[in-house]
Amino acid sequence: MLQTLFRRAMGGFPGGVHPSQQKLTEAAPIRECPVPPLLILPVKQHIGEVCAPLVDVGDRVLRGQKVAKSQGYVSVPVHASTSGTVVKLEEHPVPHPSGLGRLSIFIEPDGEDAWDESLTPMPDYREQEPSVVRERIRLGGIAGLGGAVFPSFIKLHDHRNPIDTVILNGVECEPYLTNDHRLMLERAEEMIRGMDVIMHVAGAKNGIIAIEDNKQDAAEAVRDALQRIDGTEGISVRVLPTRYPQGGEKQLVQALTGREVPSGKLPAQVGLLCHNVGTAKAIHDAVVLGRALTERVVTVSGDAVPNPTNMSVRLGTPMPFLFARAGLEDLEGMRVIHGGPMMGECLPRTDVPVVKSTNGVLAMKSGGLYSEHAVEQPCIRCAKCVEVCPVGLVPNELAWHCRHDQFDRGQEYDLFDCIECGCCSYVCPSHIPLVHYFRYAKGQVAKIEQERAFAEQSKARNEARDNRLAREQAERAAKRSRVKQQRSKTTDAKPAAIEADAPEQEKKGDSE
Amino acid sequence: MSIVAAILSLGGAALVAGLLLAIASRVFHVEGNPMADRIDQVLPQTQCGQCGYPGCRPYAEAVARGEADVNHCVPGGERAMLSIADLMGADPKPLEEEPSPPMLAFIREDECIGCTLCIKACPVDAIIGAPKQYHTVIEDHCTGCTLCVEPCPVDCIDMVLKPEVLEEWTWSPPQQHTVSEQPL
Repeated sequence: MLQTLFRRAMGGFPGGVHPSQQKLTEAAPIRECPVPPLLILPVKQHIGEVCAPLVDVGDRVLRGQKVAKSQGYVSVPVHASTSGTVVKLEEHPVPHPSGLGRLSIFIEPDGEDAWDESLTPMPDYREQEPSVVRERIRLGGIAGLGGAVFPSFIKLHDHRNPIDTVILNGVECEPYLTNDHRLMLERAEEMIRGMDVIMHVAGAKNGIIAIEDNKQDAAEAVRDALQRIDGTEGISVRVLPTRYPQGGEKQLVQALTGREVPSGKLPAQVGLLCHNVGTAKAIHDAVVLGRALTERVVTVSGDAVPNPTNMSVRLGTPMPFLFARAGLEDLEGMRVIHGGPMMGECLPRTDVPVVKSTNGVLAMKSGGLYSEHAVEQPCIRCAKCVEVCPVGLVPNELAWHCRHDQFDRGQEYDLFDCIECGCCSYVCPSHIPLVHYFRYAKGQVAKIEQERAFAEQSKARNEARDNRLAREQAERAAKRSRVKQQRSKTTDAKPAAIEADAPEQEKKGDSE
Repeated sequence: MSIVAAILSLGGAALVAGLLLAIASRVFHVEGNPMADRIDQVLPQTQCGQCGYPGCRPYAEAVARGEADVNHCVPGGERAMLSIADLMGADPKPLEEEPSPPMLAFIREDECIGCTLCIKACPVDAIIGAPKQYHTVIEDHCTGCTLCVEPCPVDCIDMVLKPEVLEEWTWSPPQQHTVSEQPL
């Protein structure tokens, strides 16, 4: 309690934990992962609407060529990650806890790795209109590479909320993951240029690069690079004490500025814009070099991997190929985690490709996710979860309602403010899988909402049908009586014939 | 004397209150049955008739009149039953039939003779086609009510499981037992 108050007074975020870091790969330089014999590109690798494929089986594609186009606003295109031939278009499992599949484009590389030159380099981006640069970032297929994969171009422009400061998130608080760490060490200049692009588009004057103090070497490298590059006076490096989940957008904003982003709002509404360091580097490549997003840095680690490493991997590279490069040939009996052990997801299928959200993959022999436990025991009301929750929720009470399907009550306890960081499950002495309950409840609320909307729609369709049937019947009746009247006026002589005609007409009307 | 005053004052108060109530019932009069509306809102609107009434609205009205039980809606499952019981202030009752997993109607088009009978049976206009043309089901609008299966003279309509898609997938609850639930 005192600790929480102290942290608040210091401008930090409340709660948080210090899980075992396990940064096995922090000294491993980024290796180039070779192009696999077959690339699998799901047509959606971001949060938002699915893309439509633009290629067909047999088409030849170039690296960086758009192979699937956006069909909505919240969407970015997918690009071929090497040159080759499209050999298949079918559903294939994607990295997701459900193990379900999505339409994917299979590309057989031709070994030439020839680039598509349709995106012209824009080294003079400072002279370009921000909207032009922003469109380029969209066309480059860039989505948040920290793991949430929200289309980056959307965050860059919000006419209602002027941005004063851009924050580059190099916190990387998840255990095991070191991809951002190595990227800051080895690609600092590109990253800073990318940040400059972001600042230009957002119209921001200041920039902060946030790095935790377990990556002092990266902070040094970034400071050096800042000195080498002109025009970066507004950018500063801030080293923060290591604490999980400092990399959460709202937590980082609070730790850096003391400003708290309100519930249901975005950092832009307090004048800030957060991007991951990898995203900044990708934005540099797309704008300055004219290269669409076709590869990303991935940490391959875990206690089952003989040579854990960081690799620059083409999107669409199958996971078994990736693990084989790190010395692990057989994934049988391993638990494969997509992301880090706190917020990552256990994959039921391992034959999935690397996608834009893959910041790391872990293969575990023993253990697995930090928030998973063997047997759940009754809550002893120790309130440890309340102390560590970075959002200030009451996880034990919330889980109680979620477990008993009281979703309305759950929402009163701010279920949707939960960021699923896993701190509560991690510290729970009764091994209650709290986050799992929250994920379940969030899903159920969404499902109920969806069913309600579908029922509304069905009801409207049913009412429209009833009205139409009633109208048709009325029209038929009106027509019949009109015909009857006319005939009785004109041909008084043959009343019998009319009687015979009428049923026939009714029949005809029915079959139409 | 005091007894007369008491009778007069209480009687007068009762008269005024009665008048106010009579006026209020005129001024705030609501057309239709608001309880039936609220029950109708928690029903799944499949119009399947499995409750024994010719649609969701008639069942809602029957429940509101107190003629039908709260547990007849099969596709609504436990959630609809609990909501209705809650609205009616009645005790929840066990469901008569377990709801089936979400289904869709599927027309085997090469066998379809284009008779339009299924089109007429569909309560939500989710089947398209014309006389002597193949008919097909609009998946996004099909409620899985099975009303089209029976009228088909060549039996070419199947009810198939609604395919699981990534966008609609949700987490299932944790499959762990608490210690207190385990046999000692």
